[in-house]
Amino acid sequence: MSFGEFLLVAVLALPALGAVAAAASPGDRTGRLVGTAAAALTLLATLPLVGGEHGWVGPQSGVQPWHQLDLPWVPGLDLRFHLGVDGISWPLVVLTALLTLLCCGYTLWRVPAGGGSGRTLVALLLVVEVGILGTFLALDLVLFFLFFEVVLLPMYAIIAGWGGADRRRAARKFVLYTLFGSVLLLVGVYVVVAAAGTADLVALTGGSRLSRGTQLAAFTLLALAFAVKSPLWPLHSWLPDAHTQAPTVGSVILAGVLLKMGTYGLIRVAVGVAPEGARWAAPVLGVLAVAAILIGSLVCLAQDELKRLIAYSSVGHMGFVLLGVATLTATGLQAALIGNIAHGVITGLLFFLAGAIKDRTHTGSLVDLSGLRETAPRLAGLLGFAAVASLGLPGLAGFWGEAFAVIAAVRRGGGLWTTLGVLAALGGALTAAYFLRLLRRVSHGRPSPAVGPLAPGLAGAELTAWAPLVLLALAVGLAPALVLSYASGPVNALLGVLP
Amino acid sequence: MSLVQSVDHVALLPAYLAAGTAVLVLLADLLVARAAVTVAVAATGAAATALGAALVGTGGERRTFCVGTDCSYVFGGRAALVAAVVALLTLGVLALSGPLLRAGRIPVGEYCFLLACAMTGGVLLGAAGDLITLVVALETLTLPLYVLVGLRRGSLAGAEAAVTFFVVSVVATALTLLGAALLYAVTGTLHLDRLGATLAASAEVRDLPLTTVAVALVVVGLAFKVAAVPFHAWAPATYDGAPLPVAAYLSTASKLGGVVALLAVVQRALPATVTGPVLALLAVLTMTVGNLVALRQRRTVRLLAWSSVAQAGYVLAPLGALALAAGRTADARTAAYAAAVAYLVFFVLLELAAFAAVVALRPADGDGGSLADLRGAARRHPWVGGAFALALVGLAGLPPGLAGLFAKVTVVRALLAGHAGWLALVVAVNAVLGLAYYLRLVATLYAAPGPATARPARTVVAAIGVATALAVVVGFAPQLVLDLAAH
Repeated sequence: MSFGEFLLVAVLALPALGAVAAAASPGDRTGRLVGTAAAALTLLATLPLVGGEHGWVGPQSGVQPWHQLDLPWVPGLDLRFHLGVDGISWPLVVLTALLTLLCCGYTLWRVPAGGGSGRTLVALLLVVEVGILGTFLALDLVLFFLFFEVVLLPMYAIIAGWGGADRRRAARKFVLYTLFGSVLLLVGVYVVVAAAGTADLVALTGGSRLSRGTQLAAFTLLALAFAVKSPLWPLHSWLPDAHTQAPTVGSVILAGVLLKMGTYGLIRVAVGVAPEGARWAAPVLGVLAVAAILIGSLVCLAQDELKRLIAYSSVGHMGFVLLGVATLTATGLQAALIGNIAHGVITGLLFFLAGAIKDRTHTGSLVDLSGLRETAPRLAGLLGFAAVASLGLPGLAGFWGEAFAVIAAVRRGGGLWTTLGVLAALGGALTAAYFLRLLRRVSHGRPSPAVGPLAPGLAGAELTAWAPLVLLALAVGLAPALVLSYASGPVNALLGVLP
Repeated sequence: MSLVQSVDHVALLPAYLAAGTAVLVLLADLLVARAAVTVAVAATGAAATALGAALVGTGGERRTFCVGTDCSYVFGGRAALVAAVVALLTLGVLALSGPLLRAGRIPVGEYCFLLACAMTGGVLLGAAGDLITLVVALETLTLPLYVLVGLRRGSLAGAEAAVTFFVVSVVATALTLLGAALLYAVTGTLHLDRLGATLAASAEVRDLPLTTVAVALVVVGLAFKVAAVPFHAWAPATYDGAPLPVAAYLSTASKLGGVVALLAVVQRALPATVTGPVLALLAVLTMTVGNLVALRQRRTVRLLAWSSVAQAGYVLAPLGALALAAGRTADARTAAYAAAVAYLVFFVLLELAAFAAVVALRPADGDGGSLADLRGAARRHPWVGGAFALALVGLAGLPPGLAGLFAKVTVVRALLAGHAGWLALVVAVNAVLGLAYYLRLVATLYAAPGPATARPARTVVAAIGVATALAVVVGFAPQLVLDLAAH
């Protein structure tokens, strides 16, 4: 077994073993420590994956993994244990490992109220991590589906066990809605497998084995499945409830990386396997993406609950990502990938901050929050930073994804795409409007009764959890090449095999 | 043609073992008259039957009771699988019966004897090569169950359940027999393979209205046994009135018997042009109605009963692919039958684990109770509760219940291989409906603790352990089941 293969296995095995060890630990704190250590080791294991052969060897294959591992598992179901990593998946893999580590570390400091034990929460976070990492690493369609499903129940348990007052309903809505997406994925996967006779993503990418009719059917099913997960308007309605009720760490994982399974799947699986279908459906996808941007922003303008507002802002941001994918150009796909990472970093930070504010003031209502700057200037400052990053200020991470998505749409040309680009830009302006409104309501003004008694300091654990995200938001903003240099090869390879 | 048949006793060994178990149990009860001995004899017999079936099954196909090339008893790979699974299920149900038998409201000898008789029917069923053997085997499987359902002394619900079950089941058998008789009238044969060949060869015979009626009668009669909608109404009432281990047997072994019988006639005898559309319709109705009604259930056993109605729909679904011409190619048909059998094996394993957990979490002589009675059970009994949750999640078809997930995947794959995408979508949407109520039960298990319950009996815990361990093993290595099913 080569070093690369070993790393691929380790990236999945470490959190899985960590989850078991954390759940089986005798003490609650020991369990949380063991889990956090496993998450840290996982992050360490993801980093060296970047080594290996990166060269773009030519147009023969749409996926050229840096490392891969291919073992037979269930031949009767066309399922192979086929893992691999390339420039599209690696940044997401690292982001997942990082956010999970931060969440586990945060849990070390504070276990959300709700009745469940801390070590169980850490174990569930690690199981979710296994599912997400597996989804990003899978190079077999059926394996991809399998990992896609793994996250459902642990995430349900996190929301239902440690969430807010209305958590059961929100958790049920989340799991049923996203299972609906998953089962469509199952049907879509086997539509492809039955027609092509293989589930190998490397062989399938480019769609040369599928007839046009099959591609249209497969793309419809797959795109619907991923649209539920991303979520794309109008299939997003599970998201605000889940976010509002989920505990802070749940929200961070959910917004930070779980949604990316949808956009990643759209690029790697739906576009990769059924490019004809993608071309055929691109205008619809583009229109829906822009609708998501505009509607998400408008809803945010009228939103009075902090976490709900951030949740709806996710709908808008994922709209930009999907618009980038819908253009089917190199610029657009690059925009989608960097948008994914930026959203993961910034929204993760925003949810951490919203959780901190809610924990301190016991309210998330914007009406009851004002003057945060007066009593908790550091918290207010960080919130300001995250909001400004999220609204797409040049120099911070959020800018690149939005700007390039708009540019890709305008460059695509034609009346429809130009209009979509202009409307998306307008949506970007609306994003700025609602984040500035949020800042005005929360940090400025006279301290409200809820905000008045706050202590100005931040806990060490909070700073430790937030600092990497702040730094990453800056780093990706100043040097987008951090993500784009890895992504350009695979994106060109993917586009090279599209008809 | 010689009138003296040579009988292959090796092929009949599993049946001898099963029938011998029943006789021995009866004798042990008469002569020794100690409950422990009777149960031990029954358990040993069931284990021996499973072992015998497995051993005979590895030796290749054996035929006996033949007239020319048509044989009434064909013990091949699938027959061995069915026989072994039924014997193991009997063993499992015996393990579940410990607390019930100790409570003393049920005569131990009779209970074990009847269970062994039912096992004999199940062991024969997979090997049946003609319609009469098939119906006799199925009746041998079901007949003892009428009594078992109502065996509890002084239980009105049990008696009601037994009568409902009896009446419906007898009507169903009558329908099947009528269909068999009409088929005989049309084709002059009862052997499954000969029937299939005759109907395939002659379009004239196949297109007779009488043939269609006969085929429909056979299928409908067997659909009653499977509790497929709209022939399902007896199942929830019967399950709920029966003692819990008997309900477990009804929803696993008895359901398996019905499906195997249906599969035998559909695969070997009846024209797919007629059965395909009927089965597709039955599958859609069964899944959807079962799941929708299960959503509203407040009693544990009724919920499991309706869910097992829905599960029968998933089992039938791959056969629904036969409705379309593209689903009737040789490859697609083989895949469809194998998928149905594989789903069945995954299902009985998870269902047995679920029922075992209900038995463990309820008082010795109690019924399934309401969902509220299980509130917080998994917090007080983390292992049993965890196994229950795993079984339920598996029945819903989600990880970590990988066995159930692969079962659903097998069905969807077979359907798409047969170009029945619409049916695959129905299965998929039903999986979402199913999760809603399984999840409610799981959430109840992990809710804040309710009243305390006694320690589960040791045999029951052992049964849960074995069933869960098996479910985990086939969850990671589903190829084992797929290979067995494809024989």
